[in-house]
Amino acid sequence: MGEPPPNPDTWSQERKASQSSERIRGSRESSQPLITIPEDGGYQPPLLRGSQGSRGSQDFQGAGLPHWPQRPSLGPESQGEEGMEYRRSMSLRYSYPPEEFSSQEYADENIMMQQQFPPGLLEQLETSYQDQGAGLVDQFNLYPGGYQASQHGPYLRDDPSLHLGPAGLGFMPFVGEVPDPEPRELAVQNAKAYLLQTSVDCNLSLYEHLVNLLTKILNQRPEDPLAILETLNRNTQWEWFHPKLDTLRDDPEMQPTYDMAEKQKALFSRSGGEGEQEMEEEVTDSPVPNIMETAFYFEQAGVGLSSDESFRIFLALRQLVEQQPIHSCRFWGKILGLNRSYLVAEVEFREGEEEGEEEEVEELMEGGEVMEAHGEEEGEEDEEKVVDAVPKPQWKPPPVVPKEESRTGANKYLYFVCNEPGRPWTRLPHVTPAQIVSARKIKKFFTGFLDTPVISYPPFPGNEANYLRAQIARISAATHISPLGFYQFGEEEGDEEEEGGAGRDSFEENPDFEGIPVLELVDSMANWVHHMQHILPQGRCTWVNPMQKTEEEEELGEEEEKADEGMEEVEQEVGPPLLTPLSEDAEIMHLSPWTTRLSCSLSPQYSVAVVRSNLWPGAYAYAVGKKFENLYIGWGHKYSPENFNPSLPAPIQHEYPSGPEIMEMSDPTVEEELALKAAQEQALAAAEEEEEDEEEEEDEDLED
Amino acid sequence: MAMQTALVNGRFMGDPSHEYEHTELQKVNEGEKVFDEEVVVQIKEETRLVSIVDQIDKAVAIIPRGALFKTPFGATQVNRTFEGLHLSEIRKLSSYFHFREAIDLKNKTLLEKADLDPSLDFMDSLEYDIPKGSWSIQMERGNSLVVLRSLLWPGLTFYHTPRTKNYGYIYVGTGEKNMDLPFML
Repeated sequence: MGEPPPNPDTWSQERKASQSSERIRGSRESSQPLITIPEDGGYQPPLLRGSQGSRGSQDFQGAGLPHWPQRPSLGPESQGEEGMEYRRSMSLRYSYPPEEFSSQEYADENIMMQQQFPPGLLEQLETSYQDQGAGLVDQFNLYPGGYQASQHGPYLRDDPSLHLGPAGLGFMPFVGEVPDPEPRELAVQNAKAYLLQTSVDCNLSLYEHLVNLLTKILNQRPEDPLAILETLNRNTQWEWFHPKLDTLRDDPEMQPTYDMAEKQKALFSRSGGEGEQEMEEEVTDSPVPNIMETAFYFEQAGVGLSSDESFRIFLALRQLVEQQPIHSCRFWGKILGLNRSYLVAEVEFREGEEEGEEEEVEELMEGGEVMEAHGEEEGEEDEEKVVDAVPKPQWKPPPVVPKEESRTGANKYLYFVCNEPGRPWTRLPHVTPAQIVSARKIKKFFTGFLDTPVISYPPFPGNEANYLRAQIARISAATHISPLGFYQFGEEEGDEEEEGGAGRDSFEENPDFEGIPVLELVDSMANWVHHMQHILPQGRCTWVNPMQKTEEEEELGEEEEKADEGMEEVEQEVGPPLLTPLSEDAEIMHLSPWTTRLSCSLSPQYSVAVVRSNLWPGAYAYAVGKKFENLYIGWGHKYSPENFNPSLPAPIQHEYPSGPEIMEMSDPTVEEELALKAAQEQALAAAEEEEEDEEEEEDEDLED
Repeated sequence: MAMQTALVNGRFMGDPSHEYEHTELQKVNEGEKVFDEEVVVQIKEETRLVSIVDQIDKAVAIIPRGALFKTPFGATQVNRTFEGLHLSEIRKLSSYFHFREAIDLKNKTLLEKADLDPSLDFMDSLEYDIPKGSWSIQMERGNSLVVLRSLLWPGLTFYHTPRTKNYGYIYVGTGEKNMDLPFML
């Protein structure tokens, strides 16, 4: 609470002068004639004590005296509300009629006080209270409302004009002219005292709250404040109890923001030690691309991420380059997901830096295949033992198309993903043709977590990481384009009549590329070419005959070999060769698959040619002069004018063929059995007769 | 108008005066004969555009809870004391409302209605949208920005900075509804 400011010295001195005419009430003890113990003097000592406790003894006088208002009326404003409140609360505590004070208490207090204060001071203040007691009651009677003397007595005492009330004081007012307070002022002061009552629950008084509310309204000046009065009221109260600055405690709700910021702070720090050497290395040869420049050009086209995010992506790529042995690197794009999004980086490792993961995966596969071979041999042995062989299913899974080697075809680049810059990069596995074929049949949103299973029909062989990789492969193959002439085939060209007719699959940058004027790039699609290989329906870029026998298949029995021969006629799949221009692309329902645009038609000399794919919404490419770049920002799905039709479930498989050897014969009926029995008996009887006849004949023969 | 434009599929051309043609079989009475005649209906792209914009607005335009309030007299007003959503509320779909006349409110049970504040909850919330999961909520940079994306009309993005008054939505896309949504979730 605020410290009551010291009182003017003049006043206290004049107080001393006024002792003479004071009424002296009964006093228990007095070592000096002027000490009096008023009945209602109890108000003062505690106040003195309180104020003494809060200050040193230096400002003795100031501490000793309670704060009297400087002005005759409505003193509180001069000292601030808190001081007033303090006194008011003090006054209210003693809001019982003066007659209830026991003189004994005050005798004790006065003794204590006398030891500390000059007696003269104490006296005068106490006597002032005395006077009020008589005068105030008279004044109260002037009002028809009939305030209770108890409530307003102490309060009014604080007012110097009242202290110096004429009745009984007998001395002239000294602080200016303090005439008798008018009834209206008294009423105002009463009302204010009432308003200043603090609420039971808290420290806030209605008066303060209304002051805050009105100040707020006057500052903000909203339209029609009456309509929003309730909300303003609620908000003002809320603000009183919830100050916005809370410097003592961490805000628990902001925790994730701090976590993210910490992670991204690591991006901003330089790696290793500092020094000029580090700087030079980074300046000369770093595979990190110039993301900001790309972002600038794409911004011209109206595509891309905010510059904030682009810069953080740049830092994250730099971190990736430091962690992995990377030869070249490119920001591929952003794929949006349900819970989180993916930032994808296309990367090429340095020569010879093959990933250990690949080898592990291959070993696992080989181990599995060996197990299968053993299983078949055992099965054959068992079959020989069992006479009634269980019919073997004749369905064989279609042969698995082998996946492409690293650095070729769809696996030419490695892809790393992360959810947000600052989070660790995860490598995506290589894509298999089966996954691409499957991915073409389903359409699923990405959730943002790489290990989510992809639940679909036909069942996708893999989890979300594989599905993501497959979509990335399809998007890259379909939408990575460059201006005609930027890439050219190497000089060592193989024969075009190679197996599969795939032709060339490698290219290099053309050092003599001169750049195509922007207007020409926009006009004709023949000026752009694909530089990623097209993915065949098989799922690979180079065709492989799946029917070719491998070593394992030779171990199978002869029957299966015959079955193989029947299915060897598989057509070779051919796709458009590398570096075909976009004008050769198939249309989507009479729509060109690409849309071109100048970034700014008003200033073609400074604008950039932008190409947008209609087949894969979200794929963009820009080119200007000798620079070009591709980017993808989207959900990762192909556009199809028709609605998605999920594949139908496979037809019901046939059971094993049923021949007579496994057909169940129906049991003979009773009549048939009886008939058979009768027939047998007849045959038996007939046979016996014949035997008897034969015996007779033999006997006859013998007799002869 | 919505019925007409529902007949047209595919991308927008970019030319407002482009006319889509749609052939329909209509029964035509000519005297005593009734036969089907092929009628070519022409729909202008600008009508299609107007209709699509309206559909998108009605379907997926959203606003955070508390940004608008309804006075007891019935008028809806901007809430000048809206200080943004709290961090505990931003991940919930129930803190966002469709910015249109309420369709579903009267179908709620009395128990649900008892929890509503009639001055704030007078629009449909996103919680009961069909199909479930057709909104994607993401946070950027920890908790500093919440982004909602619609999966039914891909391209509609809503952003809001919690604890501040900033919010807004924008549509950038091809103008086609994603009818494959149930298969994709």
